[in-house]
Amino acid sequence: MKEWLVADDLETIALGAPILGTGGGGDPYLGKLMARAAMSRSGRVPMISLRDIPDESLVIASAMMGAPTVFVEKVPSGGEPVVAFRALERFLGRKADATYSIEAGGLNSTIPIGTAARIGIPLVDADGMGRAFPEIQMVSPSIYGYPATPMALADEKGNVLLIRDSLNNRWTERFARNATIDMGGSSMIALYPLEGWQAKRALLPGSISLARRIGHRIRLAWNEKTDPIEAVLQATRGRELFRGKISDLERRSETGFARGIVRLRGTGAFDSQDLSIHFQNENILAELDGRRVAAVPDLISILDSETGAPITTEGLRFGLRVVVITIPSHPKWRTKKGLELVGPECFGYDSDVPAT
Amino acid sequence: MPFKIGIDVGGTNTDSVVLNSANRLMAKAKSPTTHDVSTGIENSLRLVLERFGKDRRTIRHCMLGTTHCINAILERKGLDRVAIIRIGTPASDAIPPLTDWPEDLARAVKFRCFLVPGGNEFDGRPIAELDRKRLQGIAKQIDGKVRTVAITSVFSPVRPEHEIEAGRIIRNGVHHRISISLSHDVATIGLLERENATILNSSLGSVSRHAVQALRTATRRLGLNCTLYLGQNDGTLMDVASALRHPILTVASGPTNSIRGAASIAGVQDSVVIDIGGTSTDIGLLKGGFPLESARPAMVGGVRTNFRMPDLLSLALGGGSRVRPGDRVAIGPDSVGYRLTHEALVFGGTSFTTTDVAVAMGRCKLGDPRRVSSLPRPMVAAADRLIQTMVEDGIERILTSPKPLPVVLVGGGSILLGNRLNGVTRVIRPANYEVANAIGVATAEIGADVDTIMTYSTTPRAEALRKVRQQAVERAVMSGANPRRTRIANVEEIPITYLPGNAVRVRVKACGMLAT
Repeated sequence: MKEWLVADDLETIALGAPILGTGGGGDPYLGKLMARAAMSRSGRVPMISLRDIPDESLVIASAMMGAPTVFVEKVPSGGEPVVAFRALERFLGRKADATYSIEAGGLNSTIPIGTAARIGIPLVDADGMGRAFPEIQMVSPSIYGYPATPMALADEKGNVLLIRDSLNNRWTERFARNATIDMGGSSMIALYPLEGWQAKRALLPGSISLARRIGHRIRLAWNEKTDPIEAVLQATRGRELFRGKISDLERRSETGFARGIVRLRGTGAFDSQDLSIHFQNENILAELDGRRVAAVPDLISILDSETGAPITTEGLRFGLRVVVITIPSHPKWRTKKGLELVGPECFGYDSDVPAT
Repeated sequence: MPFKIGIDVGGTNTDSVVLNSANRLMAKAKSPTTHDVSTGIENSLRLVLERFGKDRRTIRHCMLGTTHCINAILERKGLDRVAIIRIGTPASDAIPPLTDWPEDLARAVKFRCFLVPGGNEFDGRPIAELDRKRLQGIAKQIDGKVRTVAITSVFSPVRPEHEIEAGRIIRNGVHHRISISLSHDVATIGLLERENATILNSSLGSVSRHAVQALRTATRRLGLNCTLYLGQNDGTLMDVASALRHPILTVASGPTNSIRGAASIAGVQDSVVIDIGGTSTDIGLLKGGFPLESARPAMVGGVRTNFRMPDLLSLALGGGSRVRPGDRVAIGPDSVGYRLTHEALVFGGTSFTTTDVAVAMGRCKLGDPRRVSSLPRPMVAAADRLIQTMVEDGIERILTSPKPLPVVLVGGGSILLGNRLNGVTRVIRPANYEVANAIGVATAEIGADVDTIMTYSTTPRAEALRKVRQQAVERAVMSGANPRRTRIANVEEIPITYLPGNAVRVRVKACGMLAT
């Protein structure tokens, strides 16, 4: 199926994507403005379903890498995602037929829309995480052994780097992260070139339309004064895990990470129960009265109980009334290989992942 | 003993107070706000000085809180056109200045936008060399055509040099008086938000001169020889020179002064301030004398900025809120508002309001209590319980630690509440609340903020923090704080996520007593 993304879709995607960001992933606001500027001429960007891309076509992910805090200060020039994209195409000796989001949760939901608009290619309605994760190897193509390389990084100064080949995607993460710091803390990247048949196997379908649906339902709930939390749950197959108030917040100062534990005291049906959520930029796992009830790769999102707005791990604060929801991750993440990549052990916890 | 004056120019009234140096109220006065502002200030001042009665020469300081600037922005009135210069190419041009502004406001302030090579990385390295030639060219283009310039450079909160240099080049290149706003003086990290704030700041040049002139005229005519200050968003003061340079920093001073004033009258520091009107309830939190600041981007006249505005929690609960009896009593969000004195049951009307509940419960004496005496007792009690719970929930939401605090209760709707609330040490209902804004600004201290990024791997943490603290203190002293009575009010360290290498955002606030 092919459809058109228009300016209003940017608004709803930017509203819905942070829910999939599970506390991290960066604010899509700036990516939205960039995409809006890129779309100003054509007014629209085609979006195709994952199952409709031809097997022999080539798709390349377009993303921002690095610190959202840097990104909001050193705003890109706008051409970098295209420069990285073109560099990778040149290396491959082949034009891409479409681009896609590697991470639909947060900022990187909107970046590839701008790239698609600038280059004039469609966006694939899919992504590589179904949420936000902190590192390059933590994407579904890794499950199938597909390399992130060749990968291109570009900055606004005109530096273009190509990581041709690396031992594995963890090495690529390491090289790319260091290069990104040298580039000033944020870079625009093109990576995970996949053929159509590979993309169909490895990517998670429908992620962009999911973000849009969430945003659309939230906006509808705001306008009609209905429960926005219910709207999110309906749009995501998620369930309410807990309802309460932040009663304690313990942050550990660790570089590159907003890391810590947030504790909640239950209210209503959860009266006299306690929920703790461990976070490392994103929410990693939740324990109800000491018993683990949800963990990565499943999504744990903390929403403002009144507005349904997601609360980032940087924005956690004592006293906030929140609803914690869990959304089941894509079944691919529940496989042995998936859990090796993004399971609790990857964040320093034991491997148990409760059913959602 | 030295005294000080606080003035609050509101939309309707201009209030004045005289306080002694221990912040005790000596005299107060209210007078209608006038179109030219200065007459209203003069009338109000004359009245308060009469009531004060002592020698005018004992008055050393005069503080003004005003809504001039925010109103000018909201009404798009009297705004100057601004030459907008952004330094940061090759970065940053994906989103040009004034993106996402309301169109009419952008039209009202825009002269022209210029993008110039330069700016810095988060760690201080230059993105590109500052293009001085281009700036000289811009100076020629704007010479004689525009009075205000807003300059924003990428990562200027970390390295302001490019902005300072650009300001010098522009000033030297034009042949008329020009006022230049540099973004690192105005706001913090977040390029677009800081640039927006800087542009708004520039556009307020004439408006702020007008306000300061009004204050100067009025004080001079009354023979007052005192130093003048203006209240800022964060509850601190700035001197007149700073206020003329940074008028945007006054846009949210109203709610801040009101919260601080209420707490000051109540004689408490850390407290929850609750203002209940006819339709809504505003709940604010004071910690260490400063209001809790919002984490969300602050919208000013529809423009996204990154000021730290006081975080007020608004509830749809007031003295005129409608009560719906039933299996589960419901209250609001609709209210009879100003028609309360006709429509409420106790005033002979037909609308069942929260005020009727308060009267039926005997919390206050208003109107004719017999008109509510036949209401079913359990329903009234349930409604009353709901009112208390709504406010208690609000208090709990705004508190930032489990420690209970005193509550300062003000506003006409405060009759709805009892003197016992959950999660609260005590309830204080202060007198003289009608001049809270003037008292709030009169009791403020001089303050300064620094918000920057430090890399602990190159500058060790202790040294980095010492540097930033020193910077904050220096800025406060520069704005008129007594160097020996200046302290650090707040230090925050926020790790930069997804970026290894010890980069940390450090925000420090210093504040100090007025130098005399």
